[in-house]
Amino acid sequence: MTAAPSPVAPLVTMTDVDKRFPGVHALKRAHFELLPGEVHALMGENGAGKSTLMKILAGIYPRDSGTILVDGTTAALTSPRAAQELGIGIIHQELSLMPDLTAAQNILIGREPRRAGGLLLDEAALNQRAADIFASMHLTLDPRTVVGGLTIARQQMVEIAKALSYRSRVLIMDEPTAALNDAEISELFAIIRKLKAEGVGIVYISHKMDELKRIADRVTVMRDGETVGTVAAPDTPVETIISMMVGRKLTDDVAVVPDLSAAPVALEVRGLRRGKEIRDVSFDLRKGEILGFAGLMGAGRTEVARAIFGADPLEAGEVFVHGKKATIRRPQDAVRAGIGYLSEDRKHFGLATGMDVRNNIALPSLSRFTGFGGVLRESAMRTAAVDFIGKLAIKTPSERQETRLLSGGNQQKVVIAKWLLRDCDILIFDEPTRGIDVGAKSEIYRLLNRLAEQGKAIIVISSELPEVLRLSHRIAVMCEGRLTGFLPGGASQEEIMKLATQRSAAVAA
Amino acid sequence: MSNAVSQPVTSPFARVSGAQHRLLAFASLILLVVVFSIASENFMQTSNIIAILQATSVNGVLAVAATVVIITGGIDLSVGTLMTFCAVIAGVVLTYWGMPLPFGILAAILAGALCGCASGTFIAKMKIPPFIATLGMMLILKGLSLVISGTRPIYFNDTPGFTQISQGSIVGYFVPAVPLPNGVLILFLVAIVVAFVLSKTALGRYTFALGSNEEAVRLSGVNTDRWKIAVYTLAGSICGIAGLLIASRLNSAQPALGQGYELDAIAAVVIGGTSLSGGRGTVLGTLIGALIMSVLLNGLRILSVAQEWQTVVTGSIIILAVYIDMLRRKRM
Ligand SMILES: Nc1ncnc2c1ncn2[C@@H]1O[C@H](COP(=O)(O)OP(=O)(O)OP(=O)(O)O)[C@@H](O)[C@H]1O
Ligand SMILES: [Mg+2]
Repeated sequence: MTAAPSPVAPLVTMTDVDKRFPGVHALKRAHFELLPGEVHALMGENGAGKSTLMKILAGIYPRDSGTILVDGTTAALTSPRAAQELGIGIIHQELSLMPDLTAAQNILIGREPRRAGGLLLDEAALNQRAADIFASMHLTLDPRTVVGGLTIARQQMVEIAKALSYRSRVLIMDEPTAALNDAEISELFAIIRKLKAEGVGIVYISHKMDELKRIADRVTVMRDGETVGTVAAPDTPVETIISMMVGRKLTDDVAVVPDLSAAPVALEVRGLRRGKEIRDVSFDLRKGEILGFAGLMGAGRTEVARAIFGADPLEAGEVFVHGKKATIRRPQDAVRAGIGYLSEDRKHFGLATGMDVRNNIALPSLSRFTGFGGVLRESAMRTAAVDFIGKLAIKTPSERQETRLLSGGNQQKVVIAKWLLRDCDILIFDEPTRGIDVGAKSEIYRLLNRLAEQGKAIIVISSELPEVLRLSHRIAVMCEGRLTGFLPGGASQEEIMKLATQRSAAVAA
Repeated sequence: MSNAVSQPVTSPFARVSGAQHRLLAFASLILLVVVFSIASENFMQTSNIIAILQATSVNGVLAVAATVVIITGGIDLSVGTLMTFCAVIAGVVLTYWGMPLPFGILAAILAGALCGCASGTFIAKMKIPPFIATLGMMLILKGLSLVISGTRPIYFNDTPGFTQISQGSIVGYFVPAVPLPNGVLILFLVAIVVAFVLSKTALGRYTFALGSNEEAVRLSGVNTDRWKIAVYTLAGSICGIAGLLIASRLNSAQPALGQGYELDAIAAVVIGGTSLSGGRGTVLGTLIGALIMSVLLNGLRILSVAQEWQTVVTGSIIILAVYIDMLRRKRM
């Protein structure tokens, strides 16, 4: 399944690249080719080896064997610097910025403009260079802003600016849009098209199928560390690519909206308020219901979720769980009341990345695994962890693997497993499928449906409208901190967007 | 997306808040001064003020050295014994070998830089955690000082200008009304130079970057090992200066001295609002921190508080300062 040999000389040719990590054969004679001026999508399930292959190209990991040609000559690629000097830049899947430095300082780290004969940093030139890059991206951001205080989306834009600043001829983007909204994605695509016209070769890793058709010229699919094949993106049906990825055909059952009018209310939220972020938010969530929260980035959905969970303070508002008023000041109060929250930023809040899969999954439920005298019953924890690794198809060599060594999507599954094990009645999922492959995505959808059928009350916050529509029994739409309306499960994308951009007074719900 | 919505809310706040901590430290310093001057009329005497500043000079310089290392997210436990080692080296060059003063000064600073470079190499190249590497270095240097000096103090009686390094007063020579000792002047100069290096040079930028997210710096293609070694080298050379100051004040290199100074230095850094987890910190804060410690000790002594209690108070101040830092971080 290989496209016809390319008429132009390739920028990069990787052949028979092999890589083993302790316990994992991450790449098995993988190959990959990149032409100048093409957008080459790299796809595959979580843990297929996409990031690893690209990290080898970017000089971050050494390869065990295999050859890499850059411009037709063998390249050693022994360090990130060596790769940069060959014009290879990468935007990492996990944000890798220095939170205490400003945007400009982050972008030009290692290449700061100097003055006074190289002795001093030229701060003015530094900020100007960064401002120029932002301008070329149509991004309004003060280069002097400290990065740690920015939203994830904005941090992502800073990462992109940083990669652009290298004037790379090969630009690797590892899931650049995972945290971006539609407008930002369009901006990014405009930038990609510009770079493409300049002859830059772009490797584009993504799990979003619709982006393929919009941006990619060719697609290479990986499965279990092997290259399955390379096909031309416009001529290949999405179904074909998916079956190349998962090795089988996927069937996605459509959700049936159940009649919940008789179901008791599990969560009742009244008059939540905090400054401009949350303005008088009230809603009910019934047992067995999946309530989707739609809205643009910054609409206040995450803020509402975090406030209900007790992670952030509130100025006013009441929360009732199963009809009883719940005083939630800290996350531990929420967990005790049976509320679980799956954060959108798993690296910071969701995972103890230095701990293994077993302990991460068991963390909120430790009391259940505590035996006589406070001793942990490791074997029971093990059984539970193994059970979820199977149920969610988490790709890991064992339940003892440290979670920081898992691929991005598998880390997300671990977080989900953790709250499922805790067995909360009310579950809030904030961007549950960010960075998760199609196969696992439909597994998670099915899982959420099953949980709802079992009587759990579920809130799903998602920036992907198809996901909200696919999952929700009812959709709450937010805009600028207000709930602008509720829609039934079968609503259209247009109806949602109308409410999501409605800046007028709140519609009574 | 509406840019107005996602403008950073927290970051300027984080900055202000860092400044707030320094402001708070500064306010505490003023408060201490006011309280002690009311409690005892001897406190505000010029001679006492000078004594306080003079007492701050050594700890202050060491604390500045500790600050740069702590901003990278590391720690340097060897600053105290390195200071002594450098003093001993100066003694060897000046007294044993009878060389002129500038050579002694150069030798002390160079010895500091070399030892710092060694610590840095252990940490960056051999991947030994900073705590362990500098703990080892602390003991090595302590031992070497004793070996080289034959466990006896080395006096500088044959080098006439030596005591002037710390005790003389260039400022007083020009402005007789302000007999500021050179030791204090040197502290201020070191602080200014290091503050400048931190804010204006690449070394300074990487110091903060390393403490903020070392992996990200590495992935940006920066030679992190080299910069880390440079930071420890800088800290080491500053310790060399501290060695000269203390030797000049005592007119001798006391080989048994030194251990314990590192904890005072780290305390000053922490009181000054530099985060032990790296990425944030200022030299100004450290200076204020060092001053708070000496004002407190001096004031308590003037009020005839027992030395044991002085130590208890210092300990409590450290815990309080870090607690304030935690409060600030939680709000971010
Ligand atoms: N540093 C490491 N140490 C051990 N195992 C690793 C390491 N990095 C990756 N792996 C393993 O190698 C395999 C491939 O991971 P990789 O990150 O390349 O997947 P991916 O295709 O990028 O997946 P995703 O879509 O989830 O990001 C996974 O099984 C992962 O757990
Ligand atoms: Mg990946």
